[in-house]
Amino acid sequence: MTYDLIDKGIIALLQGDLPLESHPFKSLAEQMGIREADIIERIEELQIKGAIRRWGAVLRHHQAGYRFNAMVAWKVEKANIDETGRNVSECPQISHCYLRQVPNEFPYELFTMIHARSEAELLSIIEKTARDNSLRDYIIIKSLREFKKASMKYV
Amino acid sequence: MPDIDTLDRKILNQLQNDFPLSIQPYKVMADRLQIGEEELLNRITAMKTSGLIRRIGGVMDTRGLGFYSTLCAVSVPIDRVDEVAEFINNIPGVTHNYLRDHKYNLWFTLTVPSQEDAERQLSDLEAGLNIAILNMPAERIFKIRVSFDMESHDDI
Repeated sequence: MTYDLIDKGIIALLQGDLPLESHPFKSLAEQMGIREADIIERIEELQIKGAIRRWGAVLRHHQAGYRFNAMVAWKVEKANIDETGRNVSECPQISHCYLRQVPNEFPYELFTMIHARSEAELLSIIEKTARDNSLRDYIIIKSLREFKKASMKYV
Repeated sequence: MPDIDTLDRKILNQLQNDFPLSIQPYKVMADRLQIGEEELLNRITAMKTSGLIRRIGGVMDTRGLGFYSTLCAVSVPIDRVDEVAEFINNIPGVTHNYLRDHKYNLWFTLTVPSQEDAERQLSDLEAGLNIAILNMPAERIFKIRVSFDMESHDDI
């Protein structure tokens, strides 16, 4: 996919933080010599092209009350991957569910991120996911310290 | 959790899930909520200051933009964790880096323009640190959701 200079300027604005003012696109529009409405049209096109997955606010889950989080990696039967991945994803407290290529020394290929408001809630989500999908072998990997959490700068 | 009221909760859900695509998005949102634009901007400012809102913008699609990303893990002796974590943090494509409760104790994500870039950077990193890296690229994405429901209070 190719993006021209105007797209790149818009991506640079959107990957960061929009100015909190009545006309958040005005200064970028003036800088690029286009209308604010042109920027809106470009954003719609970028959404259609699949460059933008979601539009709006990103919260900090700790401050939002979801302070009990874990990465859980599951061993899944290859034949059941599709169904298991879809079922696991239904759980509202599971934010991410990825199938990954894993080496032999780490044979847990289905990765989930779980966010809960208490330790009890976290454990009950893990147990329910295991039970509902007949997943017996899994590993809970909690974070102890955050060294970096940043938004990717694509341009 | 910061002190927020029912209207703030409504604002947070709309900001996450129904943020208007308009030249004046806050005006459109304020009209919907039947409040003034200035009140809305003040409330959002307060929730940014308290740290609840990280940012407002676009969540870009790594693959849609043609980028490649992978989850990596390394097993680092505890007395080297700070040094290695800092070394990894300085790589521009590293967006997340956590100390975790596992034999592989440092987990990070690397997002770069291509698979070749990722492989080259990881092998340079392995050589620089003299530590083997588990490289676990996504084969399939079943779900990525980054919004939190702020209006329901039910426990489980």
